[in-house]
Amino acid sequence: MAGPTLAELILSRVSGREVRAGDLVIAPLSRVMVHDSVIDAVMAGMKELGREKVWDASRVCVFVDHAAPAPTPVVADSHRVLREWVRGQGIATFYDAGEGVCHQIMVEEGYCEPGTVIVGSDSHSNSYGAAGAFGAGMGATDIAVALALGRTWLRVPESIKVTFRGTPRRGVTMKDAIMRVVREIGTDGARYACVEFHGAGDLPQGDRITLAGMTTEMGAKAGIVVGTPEAPDRLRPAPDAVYMREVTVDLNTLEPQIAIPPRVDQVSDVSQAIGIPVDIVFLGSCTNGRVADMRQAAELLRGRRIDPRVRLEVVPSSRRQFEDAMADGTLGKLSAAGAVVGTSGCGPCLGRTGGVLAGEEVCFSTANRNYMGRMGSPKASIYLGSPYVAAVVALTGVVDDPRPYLEASDAEFDALVAKRRAERDDRGAASARSGDRSRELLATLPLRSAPWITGMEQED
Amino acid sequence: MARAWVFGDDLDTDQMVPGRYAPFMVGQDKFHTYAFCDARPEFAKTVRPGDLLVGGENFGCGSSREYAPAALKKLGVGGIVAKSFARIFFRNCVNLGIPVLEAADAVSLVRDGDDLTLDIAAGVLRTPRGDARLRPLAPFAQEILAAGGVVAYLREHGDFPAVR
Repeated sequence: MAGPTLAELILSRVSGREVRAGDLVIAPLSRVMVHDSVIDAVMAGMKELGREKVWDASRVCVFVDHAAPAPTPVVADSHRVLREWVRGQGIATFYDAGEGVCHQIMVEEGYCEPGTVIVGSDSHSNSYGAAGAFGAGMGATDIAVALALGRTWLRVPESIKVTFRGTPRRGVTMKDAIMRVVREIGTDGARYACVEFHGAGDLPQGDRITLAGMTTEMGAKAGIVVGTPEAPDRLRPAPDAVYMREVTVDLNTLEPQIAIPPRVDQVSDVSQAIGIPVDIVFLGSCTNGRVADMRQAAELLRGRRIDPRVRLEVVPSSRRQFEDAMADGTLGKLSAAGAVVGTSGCGPCLGRTGGVLAGEEVCFSTANRNYMGRMGSPKASIYLGSPYVAAVVALTGVVDDPRPYLEASDAEFDALVAKRRAERDDRGAASARSGDRSRELLATLPLRSAPWITGMEQED
Repeated sequence: MARAWVFGDDLDTDQMVPGRYAPFMVGQDKFHTYAFCDARPEFAKTVRPGDLLVGGENFGCGSSREYAPAALKKLGVGGIVAKSFARIFFRNCVNLGIPVLEAADAVSLVRDGDDLTLDIAAGVLRTPRGDARLRPLAPFAQEILAAGGVVAYLREHGDFPAVR
């Protein structure tokens, strides 16, 4: 028998028997993560189970981040219920509104023990693989059962091996790298599978969160970075482990990437999307809302004001990231450039609070999803990419390659900005031209463009 | 007989119930009335108990929100047959007791509005253009579905079905 993949190794370890892909295991959990928008369903599930007390209050982490601070009385009431539940259960690991996105805090505060299984009530719980844990997102009833029993059932997944070689050039980030992987694998190419990242263990923790969290967008059950500093040496897949697929990304030649709405796997090089006009830029989320991301944006902006036709919303992914960005002056620079800085948390990423999209607005976001209606209006369009590209968009009003701006002299920089601003066609909404450009792009690129819903009218 | 509601590939849970209509945004008694409100506005008003959804690849991808399948259950959807399912959605449906079955050719045999019969025991979806063969569910999932969901199963048995 071939040696284990990392997923097989971890699930064998926790279940106490040698298992391979396809086997079912009952896995004991090191942590269960619960967030604000599911608490009612979780409580109802536990009540129905007849097990209203969590199995181990010290292993439960609770967050108020999805709609925080509360935007409506109904949400405020749900948050109040959540706080009472947390107190009644004796749960000490509780992060209230403003502390940040659950996944960021789970990893940066060290709740993700490598080699263990953690389930979370949010689909991006794959993020815990940033530290070497097997993190999987689940629905409210699964979470209710996990809270009651401290265990869950899992089918041991096949694994996909993703290897990174080289170093990205200036202006290219691991967000571009993972978008390149999504472009390769597709939104369902890793369905039920675990994505194991090789050649990424030495990256900063934030980059590892970007990688692991985005595996959700390929349908993965988990995404784990091999050889993280948090993980013991023995936590490595066997050299002869069997993978369902192997993908290698050459970082040396990687270009900045952009995902074209409304699919995360409709990815092209940014160089092919230059000039698409945008109304609003969102820099935030568990994917790219850290101080490193904010620094990249500030670096690119060079103290200039953003284009007056664009709004820039910055939402730090946690209080720690927020404070670090305050301490080193990054937030001051972004504010001086015209950014609005929101409360640490999920922000407008899922369209509930803090700057949702109107009508046919066009957004450029550093987050992880660009589905129709994701950030508000179902007619709005969402492009995804890195903080560098986000900063260029805010500065010029249009999509552009960030690299020339990073290399330019001050005079060249201002000339570039002026040129792009002047080129932006402002007859009508930004979206009118953006929509044309997306259709052109989709027509010329070998992208997936399967109709989402058959019989649905295409909006013109 | 059940009416078919046909969807394509990669139908995401934001389409089933957008985040802005989550139960905790609009209340437990209303969220299901927004099912497919952007994509198929007539759905929530005209779907009848027992109706079946038929889809392509990766049905139910995206957010883990259980209120998406919970809305379908509340509207009485009798089952979902797709080429393949996204993993969290699949688990949520099993947990809630909604039959979810894979069939390679269902989406090509079925037209929106067709009369269908889902015969799980016989392993087929009967359509006006012939039968689509259903891929058998793992015994583990079958046991949970037969009990009406994971909560009902655990109440009855105290633990998960055996895994070996």
